[in-house]
Amino acid sequence: MIRATIRALPLLSALLVAALLVAAPAHAVQPDEVLDDPALEARARTLSAEVRCVVCQNQSIDDSNAELARDLRLLVRERLQAGDSDDEVLDYLVARFGPFVLLEPPKTDSTLLLWYGPAALLGLGAIAVAGVFLRRRRTAAPTPLSDEERRRLEALLEDDESAGGRST
Amino acid sequence: MRRLFALIPLLAAVGLIAALGWPLIEGRNPQELPSVLLDKPVPAFDLPALEPGEPGLASGDLAGKPVLVNVFASWCAPCRAEIPRLQGLAEEGVTIYGLAYKDDPEATRRFLEVLGNPYARIGVDRDGRTGLEFGVYGVPETYVIDAAGVIRHRHVGEVTDRVADATLVPLLKELAQ
Repeated sequence: MIRATIRALPLLSALLVAALLVAAPAHAVQPDEVLDDPALEARARTLSAEVRCVVCQNQSIDDSNAELARDLRLLVRERLQAGDSDDEVLDYLVARFGPFVLLEPPKTDSTLLLWYGPAALLGLGAIAVAGVFLRRRRTAAPTPLSDEERRRLEALLEDDESAGGRST
Repeated sequence: MRRLFALIPLLAAVGLIAALGWPLIEGRNPQELPSVLLDKPVPAFDLPALEPGEPGLASGDLAGKPVLVNVFASWCAPCRAEIPRLQGLAEEGVTIYGLAYKDDPEATRRFLEVLGNPYARIGVDRDGRTGLEFGVYGVPETYVIDAAGVIRHRHVGEVTDRVADATLVPLLKELAQ
């Protein structure tokens, strides 16, 4: 019994590996939604990944199991079958749900800060850091003492030595 | 002067926190989306009635006087909760049209039998396509439509006393003038 099991091990592990390879990641798209035309279906999948599910908000309609996401997926496919271009499909959705349905916000006046704000902040930060470093380099090299300064320094040191000797 | 410059990062941080925190303090719900159809005419639709023989609901029916269009379904709990409030409004003389969104007509009928029917007319949107045209993303939703058939306001969620008294009723009054 045990020996038979051991003998079957390679076969079992091969089966396990095969099962893991065959198993595709789970998708929200249901078989009945899939279009017959593979090219159209591929476009629908790409578009769906760009459209926000307005109920679950941070998922695309391609990922979401929500009822509304399914309706929108079907709508996208319907528009594609009617001959709409990709942009026309997205425009159709934006006209009903607003630019928020696009997971990548369009570059308009109101999203200027969103798109370019981080880069602008990074630039400002770089300028500030560069300013600090430049100033530090300017003050870094000390000028050597002049003769006058050296003489004063020596006099002070001698003074100190004699004073130290007296105090103890 | 240099000391003032040192304050800039602090001021910037305070400003950023204030700008980001303000909508939270103000109580704005980030889940609530502004309707893009605001100040636009209602999308074209023509829906069958719930009961055979009764008139259904079409976009043409919405013009003439300010009305409410309430998107509801028997499977939605807040819809259940807002029915008494809607009935109150209907008794005050507000015309409310119902859009039965993705619901089994039999279930809608039972729902209205048990809770009462505040709707002057009901359109059955079995597959939710008219809902999509309106940009409905969560039931209940309530639209204020003016006499010209233009959407003037959308409320997402239950019509509470506060929503009705502070928003819907004043707006309807204003539109009626």
